[in-house]
Amino acid sequence: MTDLVQGPSVPADLLIRDVHVLDPREGIDARHDVRVREGQVAEIGTAGSLQADTAEIVEGEGRHLVPGFVDPHVHLRVPGQEHKEDLDTGTRAAAAGGFVAVLGMPNTDPVVDSAPILRSLRDAAAREARIPVGFLASITRGLAGEELTEMGELRVEGAMGFTDDGKPVVSAGMLRKALQYQRLAGGVLALHEEDPSLSGKGVMHEGEISALLGVAGIPSVSESTMIARDAAIAGYEEGRIHIQHLSARESIDVVRAAKAAGVQITCEASPHHLLLTHDDVRSLETRFKMNPPLRTEEDRVALVEALRDGTIDCVATDHAPHARDEKEVPFEQAPMGTTGLETSFAALHTDLVGPGILPLETLLLRMTEGAALFDLPVPRIAKDQPANLALLDLDAVWIAGEHGWESRSDNCCFTGRRMRGRVVMTVAAGAVAFRERAFTVVGA
Amino acid sequence: VKHLISIEDLDREAIERIVAQAQRFAEVSDREIKKVPALRGRMVLNLFYEASTRTRSSFELAAKRLSADVVNFAASGSSVEKGESLKDTILTLGAHKPDAIVIRTPWAGAAELVSGWTSAAIVNAGDGKHEHPTQALLDVYTLIRRIGTLDDANIWIVGDVAHSRVARSNILAFQKMGAKVTVAGPPTLIPRGIEAMGCAVRYTLDDLSDADVVYALRMQKERMTEAWVPSMREYATFYQVNGRRLGSRQVLMHPGPVNRGVELSGEVVDSPQAVITAQVEAGVVVRMAVLYELLAGARAPEPAPTDLEPQPA
Repeated sequence: MTDLVQGPSVPADLLIRDVHVLDPREGIDARHDVRVREGQVAEIGTAGSLQADTAEIVEGEGRHLVPGFVDPHVHLRVPGQEHKEDLDTGTRAAAAGGFVAVLGMPNTDPVVDSAPILRSLRDAAAREARIPVGFLASITRGLAGEELTEMGELRVEGAMGFTDDGKPVVSAGMLRKALQYQRLAGGVLALHEEDPSLSGKGVMHEGEISALLGVAGIPSVSESTMIARDAAIAGYEEGRIHIQHLSARESIDVVRAAKAAGVQITCEASPHHLLLTHDDVRSLETRFKMNPPLRTEEDRVALVEALRDGTIDCVATDHAPHARDEKEVPFEQAPMGTTGLETSFAALHTDLVGPGILPLETLLLRMTEGAALFDLPVPRIAKDQPANLALLDLDAVWIAGEHGWESRSDNCCFTGRRMRGRVVMTVAAGAVAFRERAFTVVGA
Repeated sequence: VKHLISIEDLDREAIERIVAQAQRFAEVSDREIKKVPALRGRMVLNLFYEASTRTRSSFELAAKRLSADVVNFAASGSSVEKGESLKDTILTLGAHKPDAIVIRTPWAGAAELVSGWTSAAIVNAGDGKHEHPTQALLDVYTLIRRIGTLDDANIWIVGDVAHSRVARSNILAFQKMGAKVTVAGPPTLIPRGIEAMGCAVRYTLDDLSDADVVYALRMQKERMTEAWVPSMREYATFYQVNGRRLGSRQVLMHPGPVNRGVELSGEVVDSPQAVITAQVEAGVVVRMAVLYELLAGARAPEPAPTDLEPQPA
């Protein structure tokens, strides 16, 4: 198995005292003391039972300790687009959102399409990343859709999987070859699904709002027809595919049918598609411009239901930072994408768990399951397991963006929204990766 | 009203106020000396990111008749070609303290965006395929002069609705004034979901005789190369407004410039039903009324008598 990489870190020596531990996979839902030592969860005991002999003691104060989140779809913008984000700022943003591992996409400049580029990227991450990161390599050279990358060699060099994210693999024959070659190289193919002949020059969902605004639309069938095509090819080649950022209800139907037919297909949805709709685009504010676009309320409700029932396997932010000057332009000119790492849990907790639409346990499962889809260990709170933890204050109320961002970019679609629930501390691979600034620490 | 960005921002009362003001200015235009001092000392900046002779000169003439100073800034041959962003252009031009910026761009929402970067009143002279509100106001003005009221009038907007900012502003404005709007054109050029704006949709002109007013849109040649329609000949066969389709009691409108032989046949352009030149004429007085509403309207809802006095030579 390919390993994640991270920069130097100091293993925490930590006692989290009287905290509500919640890990649905381990079946824990009770107040405990948790000791973190030498990178692992060294001990779990009933509240008040563990001896306070660690360097640092954190009082749980009724807060929740949950398995740290994993995001299989982020854009860290290295190499070449460091004015948007870099490995330090991107992983700081991830840690602030409770993430203990993220997977970076290869649509950088240059594209991560050869072993030397991937090697230098992993070397940089081994110096700068605040939490463990992995990288996907591209399926085709330069994302051009014409020649396969050296998938075998890339895999040896540490590619966690392959994707042309940002673009679809337009040619069915090319996708088929990649799926055949997957038998040698391994690694999931993560697919951005879109038929360019249907998307055209579209910049938002095709519907009533695009008609009113007079901007070109991207129809839902642009996504769903490509998923249907690719699921059929994957089934035929017995390959493994992961569908990125589902946005349309038609797509859910296709994935559900493919899963029922035994195709090795998984999929993800992003917080913005689960919470926002094309009505938000009426203002033509560029922070609501993303690909795939925000669609209708019916699509949004269908996505939430699919997340609940497991048709959608995991949440992925598609964290896509862009510099302010790139987004401070008319809507049609702006690049696609929103940041999401620092708001993912809080936004979903506020709007789905708060009103009782989604159980908290289900949200925790979906925010960690991305690891399994890429053959990584899923964070668990258990003795002698790596310490990958998020400490949450579920009652904290805050306004997204009011104190700025850890990310280098501020193009967050949730800016200004009232959030309930906040990450106050993140322990990634045994080290404290994030600590809320006003956090009370009691020295031992 | 601080800006004129979308017809959505206006209610019927505001539209009627602008139309009434335009009628007062029309009386001025019939005088020998057409210039009034209403906006003396005010500055109007025309910022055009798209080639436009008609709209720009109409705004320029309107501002000059109100004695405002006018600066024209065309995007080509300027700092824009050197890579200056829209924001920096607005901040730079804002240093000259314009009272109003008339802006046309190929991008939806640009006028709204710009309004956040300057204290000047913004007049949207076309933002991509989104809106062209002064065109809609001058069309309402022209129709009121011709048929008295738009209440219960059947208005058909015919042609390339998908790529037309005129269509969108007019659907909104005509409905606000009480008219029933139908859009008709090739299915490839009628945007999916347009019914949500409250209009009916037709794909043929079979029932065009139901219309009191026929508003033809310009059919651009590039729509053919982009394969929206198979050929101009076929378009004309099915959608051209011609003597066979236009009845004697119907009013014909067009935002110009006309492609004779494509969306309109020559005979209807020259027919008494056509009010196309009246629309152009209305353009100046309606834009005078808009500038007056935005720059002086807040202070004096009715023009002071001296505002309408001829300028001493």
